[in-house]
Amino acid sequence: MNMKDSHLPIVLDRVSVNLGGTPILRDISLRLGAGAPTVLIGPNGSGKTTLLRAAMGLVRPSSGAVRWGADGDSPAGRAALVFQRPVMLRRSVIDNVRYALETTGIARASRDARAEELLCLVGLSLLAGRPAPRLSGGERQRLALARALARDPEVLLLDEPTASLDPAATLAIEELVRTVSERGVKVVMTTHDLGEASRLAGEVVLLHRGQVVEAGPASQLLANPVTDVARRFISGQLVL
Amino acid sequence: MDEQMSALSLVLDGDPALYSIVGLSLAVSLGATLLAAVAGAPLGALIALSRFPGRQAIVVLLNAMMGLPPVVVGLVIYLLLSRSGPLGELGLLFTPSAMVVTQTLLVMPIIAALARQTIEDLWQECREELAALGVGPVRRVRTLLWDARFSLITALLAGFGRAAAEVGSIIIVGGNIEGYTRTMTTTIALETSKGNLPMAMGLGIVLLCIVLAVNIGAWAVKQVGARFEQ
Repeated sequence: MNMKDSHLPIVLDRVSVNLGGTPILRDISLRLGAGAPTVLIGPNGSGKTTLLRAAMGLVRPSSGAVRWGADGDSPAGRAALVFQRPVMLRRSVIDNVRYALETTGIARASRDARAEELLCLVGLSLLAGRPAPRLSGGERQRLALARALARDPEVLLLDEPTASLDPAATLAIEELVRTVSERGVKVVMTTHDLGEASRLAGEVVLLHRGQVVEAGPASQLLANPVTDVARRFISGQLVL
Repeated sequence: MDEQMSALSLVLDGDPALYSIVGLSLAVSLGATLLAAVAGAPLGALIALSRFPGRQAIVVLLNAMMGLPPVVVGLVIYLLLSRSGPLGELGLLFTPSAMVVTQTLLVMPIIAALARQTIEDLWQECREELAALGVGPVRRVRTLLWDARFSLITALLAGFGRAAAEVGSIIIVGGNIEGYTRTMTTTIALETSKGNLPMAMGLGIVLLCIVLAVNIGAWAVKQVGARFEQ
């Protein structure tokens, strides 16, 4: 891809978000560049999900700005977001993927083959004809990933993709994240599971009360946190 | 007992007069339901997805219109289509077309109100997901209408049920003319008053079968739709 066309880096420049008068993000500055996954960690209510939504343009910052690539103010078509509880369209599994492909403008003739390819990637080929709302939590996450990948994203945002999944489903999702990342897609995900962060992250950003407390390479931040908040969070003493 | 047997024989032997009335009734009610769906479903979707001053009042009005008294609708259409009325030149009074118009007005609020509620609920659920998929406004409406298809079909069947069983408005604007605007319900009213009970009962049996079939259809649609619920 031409660097001029790239959506990377994503730059959050002093972004604050207030929702219903409550500050959720405060003066966040971040630069998310190409490479290994960036994992946002932090206790519940620290602003991880809102940060992803603000980056995706689903929440408007009350101050500051989000920039995609050299001069973009929106992710346009090359970014995708998978929600913690993805909504399944009321149609079959494969039709959910076909729908996502249709929204990208991919030619009708290529849709079926591409949809099957994506279902194979996420391991749902055998469930292609099942009504999507009948899937289990882990299967829903995988289908949501397939829909997101249908957009051929340069950046994939994942909001707690393994929350409330059993260990097997969690490992399956983590494996998918690894595969996607190795294919050159920039993954930015949230989790409150430090084990997952250490398994997947190249870079970790710790949020607390809407602010970035510490950011850096995963191996360094998780092993030798610098700030007191990070130390308490990693040792399990920071819950809120 | 003889009258019951005669009624049954009219139905089972395929009496031409009886079935011509059934045919006209179905044509009028199906035509009205189709027109009401074409206008009502997009109207419901539009109200569900729009925010404007007075929207809540329109929602209340639409819900209230589900209970429009048929005779009043018939009277209003009669006044509009009568020779001295503003639409008298169209020459539609006492024709099947006038009956379709009145039934459309009765059924449309049912379809629009149910579509509005269904699509609004669905929109609350899918809004961010569709935004994240980059879905534009036109595709959004199409998506929501498709995903609400089972509820919309049920609304359509409810609308058809109301139209098929309705008598007050079509007797006013149709005039109950034999062989032209006489439907099942208007014929039952007329033949009962004349004492021709076999014909009235025969049509009653057919009407009950239609209502039953509509309800079985609604139940079947609901069963299939349940497989696609979250």
